[in-house]
Amino acid sequence: MNTKIGTAGNKGEKDRSDCYLSLELKTSGGIQIDLTSKVAALYQDAIKDLCNSVLTHFGIEHALLKVEDKGALPFVMAARLEAAVKQVIKTDLEFLPEMLTENLYVTKKEKLRISRLFLPGNTPSLMINAGIHQPNAIIIDLEDAIAVHKKTEARFLVRNALRSLDFMGSERMVRINQGQMGLEDLDFVIPHNVNLIMLPKCEDATYIHRVNERIEAIQKRSNQSNPVWLMPIIESAMGVMKAMEIAQSAENIVAITIGLEDYTADIGAARTNEGLESFFARSQVLNACKASGIQAIDSVFSDVGDIEGLIENVKHSKSLGFDGMGCLHPRQIRVIHEHFAPNDTELEWAIKVVTSFNDANAKGEGVFSIGTKMIDAPVVKRAQRNIDLAIAMGRLSPDWNSTQQ
Amino acid sequence: MKNDSRVKNAIGRIVPTVVNGKTVVPFKGVGKHRPTGNKYGPRISTCIDFPEDGNKLIASLKEALIKAGLKDGATISTHHHFRNGDLMALQVFDIAAELGIEDLIWFPSASFECHAPLVKYLEDGTINRIEGSMNGALGRFTSDGGMKGTGVLRSHGGRYQAVQDGEIQIDIAVIAAPTADFFGNANGVDGPAACGLLGFALADSQYADKVIVVTDHLVPFPCVPWQIQGNYVDFVVEVEKVGLPEKIISGTTEITKSPDRLLLAEMTSNFCDHVGIVKDGFSFQAGAGGTALSIGIYFAEMLEKKGMKARFARGGSNKYLVKMLNEGLVDYILDGQTFDLDGVASMRTNPNHKDTSPFTSYNYHGKGNFAQLVDVVILGATEVDVNFNANVVTHSDGVLLHGIGGWQNCLFAKCTILTVPLFRDRIPVIRDEVTTICGPGELIDVIVTERGIAINPLRQDLIDKAKNSGLPIKTIEELKNEAEKICGIPSKQKFDKEIVAVVKWVDGTILDAVYKIASTT
Repeated sequence: MNTKIGTAGNKGEKDRSDCYLSLELKTSGGIQIDLTSKVAALYQDAIKDLCNSVLTHFGIEHALLKVEDKGALPFVMAARLEAAVKQVIKTDLEFLPEMLTENLYVTKKEKLRISRLFLPGNTPSLMINAGIHQPNAIIIDLEDAIAVHKKTEARFLVRNALRSLDFMGSERMVRINQGQMGLEDLDFVIPHNVNLIMLPKCEDATYIHRVNERIEAIQKRSNQSNPVWLMPIIESAMGVMKAMEIAQSAENIVAITIGLEDYTADIGAARTNEGLESFFARSQVLNACKASGIQAIDSVFSDVGDIEGLIENVKHSKSLGFDGMGCLHPRQIRVIHEHFAPNDTELEWAIKVVTSFNDANAKGEGVFSIGTKMIDAPVVKRAQRNIDLAIAMGRLSPDWNSTQQ
Repeated sequence: MKNDSRVKNAIGRIVPTVVNGKTVVPFKGVGKHRPTGNKYGPRISTCIDFPEDGNKLIASLKEALIKAGLKDGATISTHHHFRNGDLMALQVFDIAAELGIEDLIWFPSASFECHAPLVKYLEDGTINRIEGSMNGALGRFTSDGGMKGTGVLRSHGGRYQAVQDGEIQIDIAVIAAPTADFFGNANGVDGPAACGLLGFALADSQYADKVIVVTDHLVPFPCVPWQIQGNYVDFVVEVEKVGLPEKIISGTTEITKSPDRLLLAEMTSNFCDHVGIVKDGFSFQAGAGGTALSIGIYFAEMLEKKGMKARFARGGSNKYLVKMLNEGLVDYILDGQTFDLDGVASMRTNPNHKDTSPFTSYNYHGKGNFAQLVDVVILGATEVDVNFNANVVTHSDGVLLHGIGGWQNCLFAKCTILTVPLFRDRIPVIRDEVTTICGPGELIDVIVTERGIAINPLRQDLIDKAKNSGLPIKTIEELKNEAEKICGIPSKQKFDKEIVAVVKWVDGTILDAVYKIASTT
């Protein structure tokens, strides 16, 4: 007799907005649900209804389901239950929660990617309000943030989050695992309008090609055609040396980022706030990106309590030419936005340069000066970039030029 | 059944007309109840009954309680300036139980988790009921129908009003004082257990039949400042430890670290800025609760940038408010209770950090109301309904968990803002109807959630000013629907018919009743 028990979810003291389930198949007696929930007074019927529909969907008629609920939202509970079900029966069916129409947007290749908030893929409480902090992108992590024995259940949660969690306009990203596991991760995210896939520990073009083949196959199967961008992460000496090959390996690569924790470990150096040990790697990756017309994104700053350190880091990163960086905590987002954006002096100068350039152009003059400074094309280009950035970040009105005059 | 006779009051709630054997007045509407008659007058004392040398020291608290005439059915009061570090209430009722005294009424200015052991005295009949607040374990016990009498929840101002108007007569007030002299003059700013001030014990000292000052820091006469005047005091007791000031700080008195809540605070301060509240000479109050308290940080940033300063801030003071005072961003702190030791130190040394009492700040039956002079107050709530009525005492599962504090009194500010998350875990905060009404919606102007800001339609002026602010202004129904879209539509809670506590409005009328939780399936 099959007495296999499927379990999924979290029930630690600090876990919130999550639940822990154990499911045991029975041969008779129907579905019995043993529920303890901190929201029972308001939702016990709704919880039982949901569990019954999931089990019915998978054709389970007799089972004992124990639910320890700490306020899990329906999409979370459905993911937990599906993960438990698939430990006790074999099925290709999926129980998909409603796809929010708010989540159906696509993103552009050149979209701003200054901030990218990391969310561990198996921690619902951190996901629920991520969008309100308005990062440029929200990236749900299936890789390093997930314990090995939780990898499978996290896939269901991430899939359901892509459908039911309002991303509030942030670019929808997922970081998959390495190798074969990463390719399988794609099955859980590609059909659900993910905008960008982040690929860990890239060292050559081969893996990127395999990822793209899989994406194409899944999209064909699921009738999807929205663009799926790639952002490889370079995290090793080999990756750094092959940055150019990686950057140019596929059309849908929009950015490359660098993972300095792994990189410094790989080269045998300690990671410092000054970052001298990674200067070469960052420059190499950055130049590969710029030469290939894609964005260069810096590593995360891991001490989330050290805002001053983060500011220094952002300034340094910006001065090297990076276009953005990852965030591990929502409170880093604003700091990163503020300090990546052109500061007042830069913006004032940029406005002056572009305005004078337009004036000179109108008069048919190629080269002109502001004060004693000769202004040529690259200076104008940089100024224009700062203006575009300021407009994109809402610091400057898109019609600044007309209000100027 | 207790509280048999019930009527529907002016806000549509069914409330009892008799509570604990006394006839009460159902809520009539904001500003509709006009009291008549005189204030309560305590018995006249004469100095000839007191020691000529002024020394009122008694050897122990037990002896003092016996001398004060501790007897069955007496009303005993304590204050909560030590918050979760109070040592007095438990000692008093240990003594009462030891003496076999029953049916006492505990009349604290607030209760905390540290008072959970009192449950055993509610169970064994030493305490009949609590009139004040029932937090945590005491609230749960009350909700389960365990308390013999009916609990009465009052605001800080309502507590002063009830004592002043004689709704409740305190038989014995036990006042824990960080510093005192033998005559009974006492204060909270000095001594090893300094807790800031003793304003919550003012009414008790003025109106109680017997007053016991308990201190662990006895100084030679005179003890100045005398926040409590010895002329009101019958007995003074010296103990080893009067309270644990380090436990004043709790989750509700600390700035939040939660990014979601900081965002709420930031949105709130931006709102205040856009509608023109933040200006030179304005005044504000932030209630307890991490989100509300964090507002001060953002106000400070704004004022500094604009080169402006606030005229006064109402405390609960904490280190951030003290910093504003020290940096000249606010002229005065008018402080009802200190939320941390920085607040205590500042009150001791800075004359512009003024201690206040519920009489000064909140008493509705006085010749004017300070609370109405405040430009903006930022408070929390457990629930808000689509009519802007709000709840602070029960949670959506119906369990009584918090007291009212100064919350009701603060609603009279020129602009009252509640900052709440749209939902907690899965529990929507914006509801069709709140479980318990603690504040009428007509006094609540703005609800700020992380997903949108709703302005009370009664405040067309604010609606107009917030237009084109770029802030996410929504209707309260939109917020409710958004919460329900995420969490699901909650089913109605089930309650027993029995009333376990009543919520008083600031004028002493009955605003709502708290019902016993139905036994769970």
